[in-house]
Amino acid sequence: MIEEDIQLGAYGVAAILFILSLKGMSEVKTARLGNWAGIAGMVLGVAATGLAVHLRNTGLAIAAVGVGTLLGVPMALRMPMTAVPQRTAFSHAFGALAAALVGTGEFYDRAPEIAAHGATGLDRFSIVVLCAEVILGYLTATGSIVALLKLQEVKWIPSAPVIFPGRHVISALLIGGAFAIAIYLAIDPSQAYLFPVLIGAALIFGVLLVLAIGGADMPTVIAILNAYAGLSAVGLGFVLNNKLLIVAGALDGSSGLVLAVLMCQAMNRSFANVLFGGFGATASTGAKKKEERPYRSGAADEAAFLLSNASKVVFAPGYGLAVAQAQHAVREVADELKKRGVDVKYGIHPVAGRMPGHMNVLLADANIPYDELLEMDEVNPLFPEIDVVVIVGANDVVNPAASADEKSPLFGMPMLEVDRAKNVIFLKRSMAVGFAGVDNDLFYRPNTMMLFGDAKKSLLSVREALKQV
Amino acid sequence: MADAAPMTTEDILVNLLVFALSSFLGLELIRHVSRLLHTPLMSLTNALSSVAVIAALVVMDDQPSELVTWLALVAIACSATNAIGGFMITERILRMFRKDKPAAGATGARPR
Repeated sequence: MIEEDIQLGAYGVAAILFILSLKGMSEVKTARLGNWAGIAGMVLGVAATGLAVHLRNTGLAIAAVGVGTLLGVPMALRMPMTAVPQRTAFSHAFGALAAALVGTGEFYDRAPEIAAHGATGLDRFSIVVLCAEVILGYLTATGSIVALLKLQEVKWIPSAPVIFPGRHVISALLIGGAFAIAIYLAIDPSQAYLFPVLIGAALIFGVLLVLAIGGADMPTVIAILNAYAGLSAVGLGFVLNNKLLIVAGALDGSSGLVLAVLMCQAMNRSFANVLFGGFGATASTGAKKKEERPYRSGAADEAAFLLSNASKVVFAPGYGLAVAQAQHAVREVADELKKRGVDVKYGIHPVAGRMPGHMNVLLADANIPYDELLEMDEVNPLFPEIDVVVIVGANDVVNPAASADEKSPLFGMPMLEVDRAKNVIFLKRSMAVGFAGVDNDLFYRPNTMMLFGDAKKSLLSVREALKQV
Repeated sequence: MADAAPMTTEDILVNLLVFALSSFLGLELIRHVSRLLHTPLMSLTNALSSVAVIAALVVMDDQPSELVTWLALVAIACSATNAIGGFMITERILRMFRKDKPAAGATGARPR
């Protein structure tokens, strides 16, 4: 009894540490402390559990932790910052898989026992929760792996949504069937042979769910999968009557939910639209009517001249910046400008990277101080005062059609209002359209200068030209 | 331990309460996280979700079947990967966030 009280106390402290951990993330100053609070909570929770259980296979359990360390440490240390979204998807897959596997074991342990004694109402309740947790866990695991492959841009998984006739019907049958089995198992727990069918349906459903979502929506998908992974831990907590699992899972789940909502708002989309819309497959209609219009293209030295006469410059980076590995080149141009007393800031759109907050990490990785990184809401009111905006690897998020053209697929999406700045330098490989397949009116404005070529090379030649001016 | 005492309806209600309160608290806390830190926030919550390791330890208690033992061992390996990798990469990302260096010029609006 005393042992149990100590464990409960330790769980309470661990839960508080987890909460403090998230609280710490509210600002950069306290964020690292927050991370350490999380570590302390985890160590405490695991230690309190480890001391209370009687393991026959302690050696094997320690070996399993060893395997995890061998996998996790190199990934954490070597992974380039551009690949953090893939690592996150991988981690969702593993977290959900762990919860699903434990749930599977628990089912096979309990079901025969319950069937032998006759199921009580509570038993039936826990079987339904257990099955729901297992379904959620397995579909998150396979869904996260498909998301990982889409983010990695492997050749055999198309980044565009995979749409085939009847996919909604097939998906509905799979998930409906899985839950029907869950309820049937609660009524008659002796039918355990149906459990693998439930697992298979969940696994396939996860694949279909994410296959149908385009690469551009991956920031939202990653956040949703994060919420699912958290909820499956909550389910396990209910089944095992373990409150620390419930607290940690709920914190994880709510984090995923908030981030998913923020990503949807940033793209002016609803959850349902992301999950069932197949966005990106149909939106390319706008590009067909593209007419030839005059635009102004300049060379690096013209861009350098424009920049050298500016007193306020904002860089508007998009994911293309990371693709071109141009983060450091941006900073070098910025450093050159700062030497001349130019005020340099960065305007970060919420979906500028491949996952929530990704662009901030990429720029911080290039040694750009974080107080120069401005959120969209902070930078938008400043644009009329800005002499030059340099757009690097972004397109749809700076498209004025988002606020002006009601017919545009982008209409209503919050954007960086760069068109209100005095001058725009648009770094681009060609006149091609962006992810959404929509032409950008900004290209053709008289105060826009197109600077064609690879972003990194263009920036480096701008820096060289700046030294000459 | 969890398996020793049978669950009661009261347990379920208390657990629902714990779930509701921590979800509410989670939503409030996450809403106040700076957008700047959303990526490390995600790697941190990833690491926190590896509490599933506790569930694996609980089901391995006493006399588990062969199947349960092996499933739990795989779950422990997965969770350990998440926990260690997640906390380490969060630390690595957070170390990159630096304030204005002496070389940099004017200071502006600070991110929330």
